[in-house]
Amino acid sequence: MSEADAPATDEAASAEESADAELVEALQQPELLHGVPVSYSRGQVVLHPSRAEYVALVSSLRELGYWMCVDLCGVDYLGYSSQRNLPDGISAERFEVVVGLLNHTERSRIRLRVQVPEKDAQLSTLFPLHPSTENPEREVFDMFGIRFEGHPDMTRILMPDEWVGHPLRKDYELGRIPVQFKGASTAR
Amino acid sequence: MTTTDLNTLNSALASLTADGSVLRLSETEAEQKSGYQAPTEEGLGERMIMNMGPQHPSTHGVLRLVLEMDGETITRSKPVIGYLHTGMEKTGEDLTYLQGATNVTRMDYAAPLFNELVFSLAVEELLGIEIPDRAQWIRMLMSELNRISSHLLFMATNGMDLGAVGMMLYGWREREEVLRFFEAVTGLRMNHNYIRPGGVAADLPGGWDEELSGILDIIPDRLAEFDLLMTGQPIWRDRLQGVGVITAEEALSLGATGPILRSTGSAWDLRRDQPYLKYDQVEFDVIVGSFGDCFDRYAIRLQEIRESIRIVRQIIDQMPEGDYRSQDKKVTPPPRARIDESMEALIHHFKIFTEGFKVPEGEVYVAVESPRGELGCYIVSDGSSKPFRMHIRGPSFVNLQTLPHLMKDSFLADTVAIISSVDPIMGEIDR
Repeated sequence: MSEADAPATDEAASAEESADAELVEALQQPELLHGVPVSYSRGQVVLHPSRAEYVALVSSLRELGYWMCVDLCGVDYLGYSSQRNLPDGISAERFEVVVGLLNHTERSRIRLRVQVPEKDAQLSTLFPLHPSTENPEREVFDMFGIRFEGHPDMTRILMPDEWVGHPLRKDYELGRIPVQFKGASTAR
Repeated sequence: MTTTDLNTLNSALASLTADGSVLRLSETEAEQKSGYQAPTEEGLGERMIMNMGPQHPSTHGVLRLVLEMDGETITRSKPVIGYLHTGMEKTGEDLTYLQGATNVTRMDYAAPLFNELVFSLAVEELLGIEIPDRAQWIRMLMSELNRISSHLLFMATNGMDLGAVGMMLYGWREREEVLRFFEAVTGLRMNHNYIRPGGVAADLPGGWDEELSGILDIIPDRLAEFDLLMTGQPIWRDRLQGVGVITAEEALSLGATGPILRSTGSAWDLRRDQPYLKYDQVEFDVIVGSFGDCFDRYAIRLQEIRESIRIVRQIIDQMPEGDYRSQDKKVTPPPRARIDESMEALIHHFKIFTEGFKVPEGEVYVAVESPRGELGCYIVSDGSSKPFRMHIRGPSFVNLQTLPHLMKDSFLADTVAIISSVDPIMGEIDR
């Protein structure tokens, strides 16, 4: 290498360095899709909006052709021992509301996972955008005790009205009947 | 798939959220207020709150409807469900992945194989294993036959609900042919636990194709008889045509799938539009209606039986040789003969059936086209041998939301036709 070449190489190296730094910075930023952090689960696209972004995101996705809200369910992560697969910047809460949206024109699906804290277990309803969520939101309320603000009929759907507790919560015991080898008080 | 656009969708949404066809009364209120309602200041005239069901022959189990009537006309209504709720999603969290199929198969009891299929597909997606070709074709064969038997059951109950009592017997008779084949293959007529994570429980018995061809030869003739008995009859048409009408935009907003969505002219069928198993290798038509009424939904199901027969014939021709379950030792127990000669094989077998196999952590949603629409399964795994959360998206549960809109301003006598045309299965709704 001649001496004349040296400054040029330096320049190239520093340019390369800054490009590297940009790339590293870009990689450190959480990947965004439709303005919210995104993750991929077995090839399926999962968006992670905050509770504040949730309704606006569903609304803009609806404008983009996600006309049908196929599914809405709750998950209680109490006692979940493994990694939650959440993008950086999303703090894990006890409850999650999982919403499935379907785009018939592009034949594509998108899933939303919204973190709902235990202390303040409520979320805005999707009813004004997708009336199809009326029953599923009632089910989530019934089973997990997550209230949907603005829902026209926030009552229990599967359990009787006077039922106490929310059965699908992880701290709600599974009912058991003692049988001979499991839990019976006396041997026969 | 559809010719609609966002503007029509938005106007349908506005009318859906504002039209007040849903009666929002709690169960206790409904009991207190049942009977005569005097005119109110809001301009409502004399009304009657009426409870229909849960014990009513046309409610397909234990569906209860609270109806607000103005004379013979239904103004508002509310389906009340939960009478069959047994907490199957909760139970599913306490069963291993191998036991899980026995649990989910009891949800939609008219189409049990679809429940097993969607659960198995979700588990396999999490496991990341490949299923042998033959297993996939067997699964496809069994689910198409199940679609036939489920639609035949619909023909029977729909006929009886509308007064064609003979139809009850004919529908049941044809369904029995298919169930007999299921018994030969799976050992059971219902709740088979045949499709399992990793493949199917057993290979098809010898001579299955001849037996099946026999059934396939009978059914089309019988379908022609159904046409004679019902489709062309003026009474039948009068009871169904123009009754319980829904538009494509309403169906999309209400999340309706399956024959309800297709009756509006929207050609959406997961078998064609998001193919799973080997549906991209068989030829069939997606049947659509044009008026979105009860008659269209009846005709679509009748025609879907014919399409399923067409698919089954292709499956018989193309059925490959090979394994009927994955040879991945992690999920598949050793062959029976090995257990007699090898201690390790016995331990392996014992471990799989007691502890179960571990499924890598993650979450996944998988959907298949059941006879009633999109049947989905959402599983969250924490890496153990039991699902952390197992949620089934039952098509009937979501489709039921269309009922108040279908029944608005129709006669009480038509409710039976409308409920029947939605084809709800309460086991799946209440889970």
